[in-house]
Amino acid sequence: MSTISRDEVARVAGLARIDLTPAELDRLAGELDVIVQSVARVSEVATADVPATSHPLPMTNVFRADVPEPALAQADVLAGAPAADQGKFLVPQILEED
Amino acid sequence: MTAESTDLTRLSAAALATKLAAGEVSSVEVTRAHLDRIGDVDGAVHAFLYLNGDDALATARDVDARRAAGEPLHVLAGVPIAVKDIVVTKGMPTTAGSKILEGWVPPYDATITTRLRAAGLPILGKTNMDEFAMGSSTEHSAYGNTHNPWDLDRIPGGSGGGSAAAVASYEAPLAIGTDTGGSIRQPGAVTGTVGVKPTYGSVSRYGLIALASSLDQAGPVTRTVLDAALLHELIGGHDPRDSTSIDEPLPALSAAARRGASGDLTGVRVGVITELGGEGYSDGVRARFEESLDLLRGAGAEIVEVSCPHFEYALGAYYLILPAEASSNLAKFDGMRFGLRVTPDGSDGLAVTAERVMSATRGAGFGDEVKRRIILGTYALSAGYYDAYYGSAQKVRTLIQRDFAAAFEKADVLVSPTAPTTAFKLGEKLDDPLAMYLNDVATIPANLAGVPGMSVPNGLSDDGLPVGLQILAPAKADDRLYRVGAALEALLESRWGGPLLGRAPELARSPAISLEASR
Amino acid sequence: MSTTTHGPVELMDYDDAIERFDPVFGIEVHVELGTKTKMFDSAPQEFGTEPNTAVSPTSLGLPGSLPVVNGTAVEYAIRIGLALNCQIAESCRFARKQYFYPDVPKNFQTSQFDEPIAFDGHLDVELADGTIFRVEIERAHMEEDAGKNTHVGGATGRIQGAEYSLVDYNRAGIPLVEIVTRPVEGAGARTPEIARAYVQSLRDIFRALGVSEARMERGNVRADVNLSLRDTPQSPLGTRTETKNVNSFRSVERAVRYEVTRQAALLAAGGSITQETRHWHEDTGTTTAGRIKSDADDYRYFPEPDLLPVAPSRAWVEEIRASLPEMPVARRHRLQGVWGFADAEMRDVVNAGAVDLIEATIATGASPASARKWWMGELARIVKTTDGELEDLPITPTQVGELQGLVDSGKINDKLARQVLEGVLAGEGSPAEVVAARGLGVVSDDGALLAAIDEALAAQPDVAEKIRGGKIQAVGSVVGGVMKATRGQADAGRVRALILEKLGVEG
Repeated sequence: MSTISRDEVARVAGLARIDLTPAELDRLAGELDVIVQSVARVSEVATADVPATSHPLPMTNVFRADVPEPALAQADVLAGAPAADQGKFLVPQILEED
Repeated sequence: MTAESTDLTRLSAAALATKLAAGEVSSVEVTRAHLDRIGDVDGAVHAFLYLNGDDALATARDVDARRAAGEPLHVLAGVPIAVKDIVVTKGMPTTAGSKILEGWVPPYDATITTRLRAAGLPILGKTNMDEFAMGSSTEHSAYGNTHNPWDLDRIPGGSGGGSAAAVASYEAPLAIGTDTGGSIRQPGAVTGTVGVKPTYGSVSRYGLIALASSLDQAGPVTRTVLDAALLHELIGGHDPRDSTSIDEPLPALSAAARRGASGDLTGVRVGVITELGGEGYSDGVRARFEESLDLLRGAGAEIVEVSCPHFEYALGAYYLILPAEASSNLAKFDGMRFGLRVTPDGSDGLAVTAERVMSATRGAGFGDEVKRRIILGTYALSAGYYDAYYGSAQKVRTLIQRDFAAAFEKADVLVSPTAPTTAFKLGEKLDDPLAMYLNDVATIPANLAGVPGMSVPNGLSDDGLPVGLQILAPAKADDRLYRVGAALEALLESRWGGPLLGRAPELARSPAISLEASR
Repeated sequence: MSTTTHGPVELMDYDDAIERFDPVFGIEVHVELGTKTKMFDSAPQEFGTEPNTAVSPTSLGLPGSLPVVNGTAVEYAIRIGLALNCQIAESCRFARKQYFYPDVPKNFQTSQFDEPIAFDGHLDVELADGTIFRVEIERAHMEEDAGKNTHVGGATGRIQGAEYSLVDYNRAGIPLVEIVTRPVEGAGARTPEIARAYVQSLRDIFRALGVSEARMERGNVRADVNLSLRDTPQSPLGTRTETKNVNSFRSVERAVRYEVTRQAALLAAGGSITQETRHWHEDTGTTTAGRIKSDADDYRYFPEPDLLPVAPSRAWVEEIRASLPEMPVARRHRLQGVWGFADAEMRDVVNAGAVDLIEATIATGASPASARKWWMGELARIVKTTDGELEDLPITPTQVGELQGLVDSGKINDKLARQVLEGVLAGEGSPAEVVAARGLGVVSDDGALLAAIDEALAAQPDVAEKIRGGKIQAVGSVVGGVMKATRGQADAGRVRALILEKLGVEG
């Protein structure tokens, strides 16, 4: 199994949108390496013939009827917002278009 | 404090319900007694993050009025309850133990909250927990430690240490917990209380702040097995707002608890899991476990050995699945719509963009353990690693389910110690994540397979601290936990001459600072 | 070969580009389903409501909220899959596509990844000249829409230079079906036309299926266009660009054409194509490169743990298949036969989006020719001046049918009918109401007409004599006098008959 370098932690922290201090990067690189070495043992028994389980119970086709329920009031929607204007959430400038 | 109010806090929820129904006591008196108790001891225990006193008393008054008017009420109507701060409560702050949600007041109720309100249970407040339920000691709360009522220098277990400590210190007769890898059962074991993780899908997850969606399950935290059954019956059952909710009635849980209380287990096959309880478990834990097996045998149960060979991979699978799902579930905490927003000061000359505010908010708002797991989970899902990590862990899940299926061919219930050791000292394992993770080694397989589990107090270890016995049953057969759990509880209490918690040291009066004022 | 400079960008002449290179395109079409509620929660789906008033805890991504699949959306997705001749999955799942963006409330989009509900289909697209071109469909999958950002501040109101953005989550969670083609090869010089006709055909199908209003201008249907060039049809596929949010039929055609000419110039000059997202600019008819994102492709997909597999039973799928309406191309051919329109006439009707309108007008009793006359004549002229759509005119097929009925029964004549139409379009009410309010009905009261005839004859005694004397064509000037006196509201034929009758002359 691979080892986790400091650069790798920095890359993943970028993906996860978490600012980490240099000290945090150093510490996490060491800790995560140990954890990953330990948990990676799962691949020993996860052979090709074993199907994956993503839900504990085998249920399917749980659907909702297409019937509207009252929406939240706009005031309640925006009550917890760090910033709002004109009935909308105010967020800092967005640099990249999706 | 009056003598009467002290007495009221010592009663079980079932006993309080009987007194309330008979009109011997009012819900206002019961609720006030518990609020007084919290006022007396929570300064030392710190089980609560938020106290809901006025609202709880309003609910109590309403229930008393409805009872006086002869309205039919739920059996637990008027019995107060504490709720883990991961359950969303409209109008009450909900933080999940995290700075990133400080001050957030949800605009809606969890299904559990809705059911508690509808049944007329006064909600005393919100209890402390490891941040986003990541931990086994409640030391990862952003709002300070909760202390174990048996020894204030020790951890109360986690992540639901607040709920367990509240019940163990008589601040509440009932509490709600959530269990993703043992967060109800392990605190139960180390505080001498009863904790149940129901079958996955049998209690609605709507309104529980998600940790790992395929593992999370809410359940009761109580002092008696019957109380747990009554609360489980109230919060459980189908909810159309949760796609993974089982669309079937619950089995008869309180009836099973009452039946079990007779102490007769003739014909019940109890499987002892070979892989749980050996190396790594303390002598005291193992001694109490063996004594409990003798008691069960004496009650007519047949004790069989079962092997679950893949349980040794459970911890590894869990620490891949949980961080992966959690990294995704926690992505929404970004400072855009609710909660904390941290804006970089711009001293580096770069533009302050949404992207940078998100990163700064998450960097400042999440604690160390949460960051550790989000990074681990993001890594496990990122390009090139999915199959080796998340994919393999999902396969281990299948193998563990097969182990359970084979074991339940031989036994009606399975048993093990709940936790490897008694409560450790605050700070003892804080810097060793792997050692901390090992606390859940016995409880995790049930979450991976979705089967129900219960922890029942089964004695004190050599250090004078409580230990618990875990009972596991097949999915949707939660009633078996209650029958066997109640039987064991009855046998142990007759041996001890009373509940185990009766042996806990009295807490010195240590008034809580006003929580509401402090927020 | 010639190239032109378009701003800083070199473009090759289109015909030269097609001569040198073989274009291959692919299109991803997103259609918003017209369900009453969102994909994963019961918040109402409403167009044009106040911001953040059509959201629930789930569509806002609040902590603790959970998704539940809209069964009607699944049915619509299956309908689309079947109409596109796809296989319907025995079992499929939702996955989380993870990326941080302020209009994505959970910072992941719940979508389908490796298990789409429909796959391996095709659509036979009919081009304007009747040619059929087959487009292979790779997959159609279900997902949810994002919210909407408004960029505030800065000079242009565009994303660049904005000081901050405002986010409305009303659109967040609206059900989408994304339809992805396989690379479309062999289209040659007709690539832009085929790309446009494909999107147009999809729009017609969505409407016929009743799964969406499919209005491009409201963003109900959005297209992302992939394009690459290669030296010959035998060469391996070239590097492609993906032009996002090309949101009108005309723009699809223009964007494809533009990318062909841009890429050709670049390749011919020895350059290479960057695999990238490009933005379409409607005003200039050009595309520009999007910002390169470092983590763009690491979406960390994994199966959505809050949702269960969707496993449509074969019985349900067959039930839906049996209930599918006639597909637009077949219907057009059938209607053309019934209506007796020439190929060119029918093509114009189709291109004008008038098939449904004419069919509904005929249903009120109008003849096919008269229905076509109104929609493709007077009304089409009006639409052309406003650059709008026929269906957006403030007149219904029922009203057009009523108008024609008034003409057919002689209550108004053609000239009056145009005034009535004007009144209806001006919101003055139904044709009958306009006739009454404006006093436009033809004078059918013989008494009133006879009085006018007497006056006209008295004014021209010599003409009356000529008519009596057998010069019947002279009646025209008397008719003219009567029409003038009645301000055009008389039925000229009736006036003529009455004059002749009065003068005792056989018409």
